Amino acid sequence: MSEPELLIWIRGPALQIATVIFLLGVVVRIFEILVLGRKPNLAEARGSAVAGGLRTVFARSIPDRGTLQRSTFNLVAGYIFHTGIFITLLFFAPHILLFQDTLGLSWPSLPTQVIDATTVVTIIALLAVLVHRVAHRVMRYLSRFQDYLVWLVTILPMVTGYLAFHRIGLTPQHLITIHIASVELLMVVFPFTKLMHAFTLFIARYYNGAMAGYKGVNS
Amino acid sequence: MTASLERGLHAFKEQIDAPVASFFSSCVRCGLCAEACLFFTETGDPSYTPIHKLEPLRRVWKQEYTFWGRLAKAVGLSKPVTDTELAQWETLVYDSCTLCGRCSMVCPVGNDIAYMIRRMREGMAAAGHAPEGLIGATTRAVTIGSPMGVKLPALLAQIGHTEKDIGMKIPVDVAGADYMLLLSSMEIMNFPEFIGAVAKIFSKAGVSWTISSEAFEATNSGIQIGVSEIAAQLVQRIVDAAEKLKVKSVISPECGHAYMAIRWEGPNLIGKPYNFKVVHILELLDDLRKQGRLKTSGKETQRLTYHDPCQIARRGGVVDQPRNLINMVAENFVEMPETGTMNWCCGAGGGVSANERADELRLAAFKRKKKQLDVVRPDALVSACSNCRIQLEDGLEENNMDIPVLSLTETIAEHLVDD
Repeated sequence: MSEPELLIWIRGPALQIATVIFLLGVVVRIFEILVLGRKPNLAEARGSAVAGGLRTVFARSIPDRGTLQRSTFNLVAGYIFHTGIFITLLFFAPHILLFQDTLGLSWPSLPTQVIDATTVVTIIALLAVLVHRVAHRVMRYLSRFQDYLVWLVTILPMVTGYLAFHRIGLTPQHLITIHIASVELLMVVFPFTKLMHAFTLFIARYYNGAMAGYKGVNS
Repeated sequence: MTASLERGLHAFKEQIDAPVASFFSSCVRCGLCAEACLFFTETGDPSYTPIHKLEPLRRVWKQEYTFWGRLAKAVGLSKPVTDTELAQWETLVYDSCTLCGRCSMVCPVGNDIAYMIRRMREGMAAAGHAPEGLIGATTRAVTIGSPMGVKLPALLAQIGHTEKDIGMKIPVDVAGADYMLLLSSMEIMNFPEFIGAVAKIFSKAGVSWTISSEAFEATNSGIQIGVSEIAAQLVQRIVDAAEKLKVKSVISPECGHAYMAIRWEGPNLIGKPYNFKVVHILELLDDLRKQGRLKTSGKETQRLTYHDPCQIARRGGVVDQPRNLINMVAENFVEMPETGTMNWCCGAGGGVSANERADELRLAAFKRKKKQLDVVRPDALVSACSNCRIQLEDGLEENNMDIPVLSLTETIAEHLVDD
C-alpha cells in the first residue's frame, strides 16, 4: 500500500471498520451485562427503586465532601480531563462538521482559541493523572497493563489533534490522517477495556441507587 | 481442581448477576474506594482497597461472562482462580471488611462493593475459606439457636431478673400480640437492661407485644459467613414463630446486621414475602413518638453524640428516627463529622467481631471512630447496636478514653414520664 493509498484507507474504510467494532462491541458488552438479570426483591419496599436509581445516576457525579477532601487531586484532575475531552470532541468546529456529515446533527462550536487552550489543559491533566497513577500507593497497586494502555489511547487523539491543528512536524495531510488513526485506535480498544465505563457507569449507578432507594436510602 | 474449589467457583458464578457485571465493567481503578474504607485509612495497606478484595470474583466474571474472557480461557490465556489464591483472599474478604458499605457510597462509577463482598463470601464459604470464628458462631446458631450459645433457660433467667428489677411481667409466647420482639445474644448476655427498657416503654405506650421462646435470636451468622441455606433456615425459624403467634409485626432489636437480615434479606432468602411487617425498634419508637404515645420528661444535659450502625443507617434506611428520639431527651446533641449514611463503621460489623483472628485489625480500624470522637469530644456516645457497643467500649478502653456508650432505647426509657 502506497502512502496516498494508506491515507485514503485510514480516512475511509478504516474509519468504517473502527465504527462498526466500536458500536457492535459496546452493544455486546451491555447485552452481556443485562442478560444476567437479577432476582426480584421480595422484601417490602420503603422507597422507590426507580427514583433512587435515577437519582444516583446523576447525584454520583458530585463527590461527597469527605472524599473531595481526602482525594482532591484525583477528583480535580479527573474532572478536568473528562470535561476537556468532551469539550474538544463536541465543540471543535471541524468535529461538528464531521457529526453533521455522518449524523446530520449540528450545533454551535466554541472559538478555536478556547478549544486550543482546553486541549493543552487536558493533556496536562492526563499527564498528571499518569504520574499520579504511578506515584500513588493505591493506584500503583491496583494498576494493570490495561490501565496504561487505556491512558495511551486516550491521550493520543488529544496530542495528535493538537499537532494537526498547529501543523507541527509533518504535512497537514499526514497529521490529520495520524489524528484520525489515533481516534480509530481508541474506538477499537474501547469495547474491550475499562473505557466501557463511559456507558456502563450509568447501569452501575442505577443498580446501586435502586437497591439503596428501595430501602429508603439516598446513595 | 479440588471438590471444594469447584464448589466455590460454582458459587461465584451463581452469585454474579447484572449488577455485579455492571460494577466490574465500570471500575476504572481510580482507588477512591480505598479512602472510604477504615481498614485502609487506618493501616495504609493498599491490599485493603475495597475493590481489590473482589479480585478472584472479578476474574471469574471475566472468564465466564464476557466474550473476550471466555475466548482467552478457551485458548488457555487466562489465569484460573486457584485454591491458594482464595486462601490468601480469606482475610481480605472476612477480616478487613465489615460490609459497612461506605465504599459503595463513594465509588464514582456507582459500584456497590459491599453488595459484591456479601456475594463473594458465598463462594469463599463454599470453597472452605471462611474464618474459624465465624464457622463456630454459625454452627452454634444452627445447633443451639444462638451464635453465642445462648439457650432458652438463659433468656428466661434474664427475663426473670428483669421482671424483678422493673416489677413488670415480660410477655413470653403470647399468641395474638401485635409485636414479637427479637433479641441479639449480645443483648441477652451483656445488655439485658434492654429488655427492661422495652418493657417499660411498651407498657406506657400501650403496645401489645411478646417474646417467642422458639425464635428469640435476631442475629444471622449465615449471612455474615455467606451461606444462604443456613441464613434462610435462621430466618425461617423467626417466620414460623411469628406465624404461630399470629403477630402483626416483628421487631428487630438494637443490632445492625440483624435488621438487615430480617428486614431486607429475609424474604429473599426464604423465597417469599412475609405476612407480617418487620420494624426496627427505633422505627417503632419514633412512630410512637409521632402518635404521642411516647412521652418523656427532662433532658440529658451532657454532650451526646450518635454512632450510626451501618446496617441500620446506610444499608438499612433508619437515619432520621434516632435523631428525632435523641432530641427528645437531650439538649446538647452533636453530630460527628460524616454521619448518617456517610458514617464510619465501628470496625467490628459483618462478622468481624466473631472472628478472633481479626481482633488486632478491628482495634486498629477503631482509630477512625476515635478521630471522629476527638472532633466532637462528647460526654457520652449513644448507639443502637449491641455489637457496635461492645466494639466501641473495647476501642475506647484500648485508647484510654473515658466515654460511656449508651443504648438509645435504654436512654429513652430512663426519661419516660412517671404517672
